[in-house]
Amino acid sequence: MRPALDHAAQDLLRDLAPAVLGTLLRRYRDFAGCEDAVQEALIAAASQWPVQGVPDRPKGWLVTVATRRLTDQVRADTARRLREQLVVSLVPADEQIAFAADAEGVDERDETLDLYFTCCHPALSPASQVALTLRAVGGLTTAEIARAFLVPEATMAQRLSRAKQAIKAAGQGFPTPAPHDRRARLPAVLHVIYLIFSEGYAASSGDQVMRVELTAEAIRVARQLTLLLPEEAEVMGLLALMLLTDARRAARTGANGELIPLDEQDRSTWDRAAIREGEHLLQQALARGAAGPYQIQAAIAALHDEAPDTDETDWQQILVLYGLLRRMNDGPMVRLSEAIALAMVEGPAAGLAALDGLASDPRLTHHHRLDAARGHLLERAGDRHSAIAHFRRAAQRTTSTPERHYLLLHAARLGEAETCS
Amino acid sequence: MKYMLMMHTPGSGPFQIASWPANDIKAHIAFMMDFAKKLSAAGELAGAEGLAGPEQAKRVRAGEHGEPITDGVFPEAKEFLAGYWIVDVDTPERAYAIAAEASAAPGPGGAPLNLTIEVRQVMSGPPPDWKPDA
Repeated sequence: MRPALDHAAQDLLRDLAPAVLGTLLRRYRDFAGCEDAVQEALIAAASQWPVQGVPDRPKGWLVTVATRRLTDQVRADTARRLREQLVVSLVPADEQIAFAADAEGVDERDETLDLYFTCCHPALSPASQVALTLRAVGGLTTAEIARAFLVPEATMAQRLSRAKQAIKAAGQGFPTPAPHDRRARLPAVLHVIYLIFSEGYAASSGDQVMRVELTAEAIRVARQLTLLLPEEAEVMGLLALMLLTDARRAARTGANGELIPLDEQDRSTWDRAAIREGEHLLQQALARGAAGPYQIQAAIAALHDEAPDTDETDWQQILVLYGLLRRMNDGPMVRLSEAIALAMVEGPAAGLAALDGLASDPRLTHHHRLDAARGHLLERAGDRHSAIAHFRRAAQRTTSTPERHYLLLHAARLGEAETCS
Repeated sequence: MKYMLMMHTPGSGPFQIASWPANDIKAHIAFMMDFAKKLSAAGELAGAEGLAGPEQAKRVRAGEHGEPITDGVFPEAKEFLAGYWIVDVDTPERAYAIAAEASAAPGPGGAPLNLTIEVRQVMSGPPPDWKPDA
């Protein structure tokens, strides 16, 4: 068997991927071609470095190999016409012999950042944004991304290739936005990173509650982004939110993969180091003033992480934070969470009344979460019979297998308690 | 040879898992997970999916201009497809044996459900010696 790359070299390789692609794009503009070339260079490194050792200047090595692949590609594409001229015009004269690949350009940071923005281009569907970000920014192979999303590799390859065509068609092979445009496009990037995390954490399909690879990947990409944009508090807020949520991973599932809700989790298994790091980041972010939605959500996650159990959780503070969040980002799920926090502060009747007000929202009317929330509050109010009916209906409506199992079991246990009492 | 094993569940009656005691639900879930693990470890599992509840099901056909015309919901359906496995095995007998094992999944009181499992062979590509103009 061929020797494999060790973890440190693998991390190095994937940390370098966006910078290498950024460098290539500055020179050659063609996003699809450059992206393919970098992917080939990463594959070449994965097979050659374990044998030859990691080169002294790994980024330079990758840029050289990727450039060679790109020019090979151009040569092949234009074999019949214009061959010499095009290659010559593509590769600046001084770089045809050797170029200083590691020379740190002043705008290298912006190049890498622009890559994030290109991958999260508004012309792309969220699924394509996610796939392209994982490949171009995260340095994952198409096969790895396909596995993470449980789709055939050919399907993922096609999704990626269509995404690149869409970017080309949108006329922005590689846009260079002005600094204020960059800021305007940051929320799209943060949203895509959070989508990657959520996909890994909640697993919208399949039997596994969590696919660790995607949550770790989202955290890694966010960490890189905090280095590129140390002044953006929301990037830090997002990283904090993901760390504070992921810290509960071990407690979130039982032996058979069944979901364990927050109030039943064994809190001694929560990852204290991740919680400390998340809280530290959150404090740094909040110190800058004007907290954004990710910081607010991170603050809510931190309050849960600090509490020894559900009853001793600072629900008053959580209720205030959900109110703030709603004013920034009004949506049915935020209102649902706010109603639950209200129930924890003022009692289940207040929460149920708030849920009644939400039921007419067409996004929630048939949503299993509304039924599940009603079930929990009715249970707290002591109305087991109605609670069971809502849990059962939520079980019928959810599309997550572990969640269905949890809801069915919870309803059954309540039913048994009702018969006994 | 690949076979698709389709599990059909009656739309009403004692097969409704929601009406079972908690321990029986647990045993059923553990059985299904163990079953998938065993098939996978034996190298026989090619794919498996569980389907969301029938209350979200729609029947769709194309209208005059190719637009989707949806029809549903079907609460009165006698049986619905709950999920499927695709197994890769050497003989049809092995596929039937696997189906029988799934059929005997435990129900209320741990008694086997003996659900109907429809077994269909999955079409394959052309045989290796096939020539279009021979």
